[in-house]
Amino acid sequence: MSTTERRTVGGLRVLMRRQFFWGIIAILLLLLVNVLKDPSFLSVSVNSTNGNLVGNLVDILRASAPILMIAVGMSLVVATGGIDLSVGSIMVVAGAVSMEFLKANGQSGGVALGALGAALAVSALLGVVNGILVSVVGLQPFISTLVMMLAGRGLAKVITSGQNTAASNGPFRWIANGYVIGLPVVVLLAVVVVLLVALVVRRSALGLMIEAIGVNPKASRMAGIKPRGLLITVYALSALLAGIAGVFATASVMTVDVSRTGYQLELDAILAVVIGGASLAGGKFSMGGAVVGALLIATLDKTIVFLGVSSSATPAFKAAVIIVLCLLQSERVRNLFTQRRAARARAPKESVTA
Amino acid sequence: MTSTLVTGPSGAGTKSRAARLVDTAARTWRTNLAALPTLAAVVIFIAMIVYGEAAYGRILQYNTISNLLINNAHLVIIAVGMTFVILTGGIDLSVGAVIAFSSVAGLMLANAGWPAWVVIALMIGFGTAFGVASGVLIQFFNVQPFIATLAMMFLARGLASTLSTKPERLSDESPVRSLATKFKVIDGERVNDLVLTPGVLIAVLVIAVGFFVLHRTRTGRTVYAIGGSEPSAALMGLPVVRTKLWVYAISGTLAGLAAVVYTARLGIAQNITGIGWELDAIAAVVIGGTLLTGGAGYVLGAVVGALVLGLMNVLITRDGGIRPEATTIITGGILLVFVLLQRALTARKRE
Repeated sequence: MSTTERRTVGGLRVLMRRQFFWGIIAILLLLLVNVLKDPSFLSVSVNSTNGNLVGNLVDILRASAPILMIAVGMSLVVATGGIDLSVGSIMVVAGAVSMEFLKANGQSGGVALGALGAALAVSALLGVVNGILVSVVGLQPFISTLVMMLAGRGLAKVITSGQNTAASNGPFRWIANGYVIGLPVVVLLAVVVVLLVALVVRRSALGLMIEAIGVNPKASRMAGIKPRGLLITVYALSALLAGIAGVFATASVMTVDVSRTGYQLELDAILAVVIGGASLAGGKFSMGGAVVGALLIATLDKTIVFLGVSSSATPAFKAAVIIVLCLLQSERVRNLFTQRRAARARAPKESVTA
Repeated sequence: MTSTLVTGPSGAGTKSRAARLVDTAARTWRTNLAALPTLAAVVIFIAMIVYGEAAYGRILQYNTISNLLINNAHLVIIAVGMTFVILTGGIDLSVGAVIAFSSVAGLMLANAGWPAWVVIALMIGFGTAFGVASGVLIQFFNVQPFIATLAMMFLARGLASTLSTKPERLSDESPVRSLATKFKVIDGERVNDLVLTPGVLIAVLVIAVGFFVLHRTRTGRTVYAIGGSEPSAALMGLPVVRTKLWVYAISGTLAGLAAVVYTARLGIAQNITGIGWELDAIAAVVIGGTLLTGGAGYVLGAVVGALVLGLMNVLITRDGGIRPEATTIITGGILLVFVLLQRALTARKRE
C-alpha cells in the first residue's frame, strides 16, 4: 500500500467517524435520486453570453446560502447550551427594514449599502436583546427567543404596515442575483462569512470558551470565563447572520413577504446543526457539520421540487430524512452494526468452541 | 395566600392561636416555594380580569366566561399533555401537527360514512401512535426530544397535507358534532347564560385525571423525579424508560383528543390547522410556572396559562383599537412580562 493510498484510507476513516458523515452520504444519495430521474441533473454549463455558471448544483448552492448563514449562527448558540428560535423572525425584520429603506431612498449603490447596514444593525440589536434576556436577566433561551420570535414577526408587520413591501434597487438585487467570475455572489458571500466565522472561533480561544459555557456554565465561570459578554456576543452574532440571511432571501425577489419570509426557518437551522452532529445539550459545535446540514436541507428541498412532489408534502420527506439520520447516529443502531461485524469476525472461532 | 388569615381580631386568648397560624403560614410558604410562579400566574390572571372589566366591561359575566372555556378547551387539553412532557425535561413540538393530521384523517373517515365512535377512537389513536413513535425515538434511539418531536411534527404535517390540502367539512348532522352541543347550566338574563359543551367537560376531566396522576400516583412522582435528575431516578430504580414512553404517549393521545374536541366545535379541518399551537401550549405551561428544565410545576398552572392566553385574545379583540399586525408583539410582550415577573418573584424568595 503506497503512502498516499494509506493516507486517503486513513482520511476516509476519520471522515467516517465524524457525525456529519451520514449527512454527506444523504446528500450524495439525494443527488443520485435526481440523476436517476434525469441523467443531466448534475451537468453545470457556462452561459455563453455572460460566462456565468448555470445548473442545478449552482441552484442548490444558491438556495442553501440563507440556511447556511442561520445554521452557522445557530451552531454557536446551541454550543452554549441555548437555542435561538428567533432567527426566522429576525430574517423577516431584516428584509422589512431593507425593503422600506430602499423604497424610501431610491436606486443608488449608496442607498443599497445603507439598507444593508440598517438591516444588519436592527438584526444585531434584536440579537443583543436576546443575549441580555438570556445572560443578564437569566431567562431560559427557549423562552427569550420564543418571545423574540413572536415579537419579531409582529415588528416586521408594523415596519411595513402589514404590506408585502417591494422595492427596486440594482446594487441590492445584485447581492442575491449577481455573478462574479461566473459564480453567484450570494454563494461567494456565504462562503466568505462562514470562513470568517470559522476562523475567528477556531483560531482564537472564542470557540473553546463558547463550548465551555455549554459543557458546564458554573465550571466555566470558575475557570475565569465571563459568560455575560460571551453569550450576548453569540446571540448577537446569530441574529446578525440571520439578518444577512434575510437580506439574501429578500434581495433575490426584491420583496419581503411579512408572513412567509423566514417562516419556520429556525427549525431548518436547528435541523442542520443536529444533522451536523451537534447535541442540543450544548458543549460542542462543528462548522463543517452545520455546513453539511444546511447543504443537505437545500438539496432535499430541491429534490422534492425536481421530483414533482407537491410542496405541501415536503415536511413528510424532511421527517423521513431526519428519522433515518437520527437512527444512524444513535448508539443502539451503531452497536447493532459493530456487533454484527464483530460476530462475523468471531464466527469461525465460536464454531470451534461450540 | 394563607398569611392574610392572621389579620383577624387578636385578643389575649387568641394570641397563641394567631402565633400558631403565622407558624403554619410560614411553613406552608417555605415548603411551597415551587408553587410561587403558579400563584403569580393566578394573580396576574385575576388582574387581567379586573383590568378587562374596568377598561372594556362585560368580562365577568356568564357568556364571556362560557366562550372562554369553550374556545380554549382544546388548548387546555394539549397544555395538560405538554405539562407531563416538560416536567420530565422534554418537549413536544408535534402536538399542533398531530391535531392537523388527526382532524383531517378523522373528518375524511367520518365523511366516508364510518360510525362516529370508531372515528373518534381512531382520531385519539392516531395521536397515541405519533406520541409513542416520538417516545420510542427518544428512549430507545437516544434522539433528543426536540428533534424527535420535530420529526413527528414534520411527518404529521406532511401526511395531513398528502391527505388533503382543502378544508374538509363535517356535516352538521354528524354525531361527532354532538360533542359541541351547548347546554345551559345557569340561565342568566337574555343571552347571558352559562353554557357548557361536552368538549369543556372532557377538558375538565382531563385536568382532573392529569392532576390525580401527577400528584397522587407513583407514575406522577416518577415524572417529577425524571425531571429533577434522570440518572438519579434511574439509580433509584424508578421505571424511567416506561415512564418516559408514557409521557410522550399521553401527550400524543391528548393531542388526538384535542383534535376531536376542536373539530367537533368547528366542523372544519385543514392540513394547516394547528400551526403554532405547540408554541401556545408551551407558553401556557411556562406562564403556569412550570420550568422548561423539568422537575417543577403543576397541571393547574398550565390550565391557568391556557386561560391567560385565551383571555388575552378576548381583551385584544375587545379593545378593537389594536392593529392586527401588532397582536403578535403584544402576545410576545405579555409572555415576556409573565416570565420576568415570575423570575423577579422567585429570585427574591430563593435568596
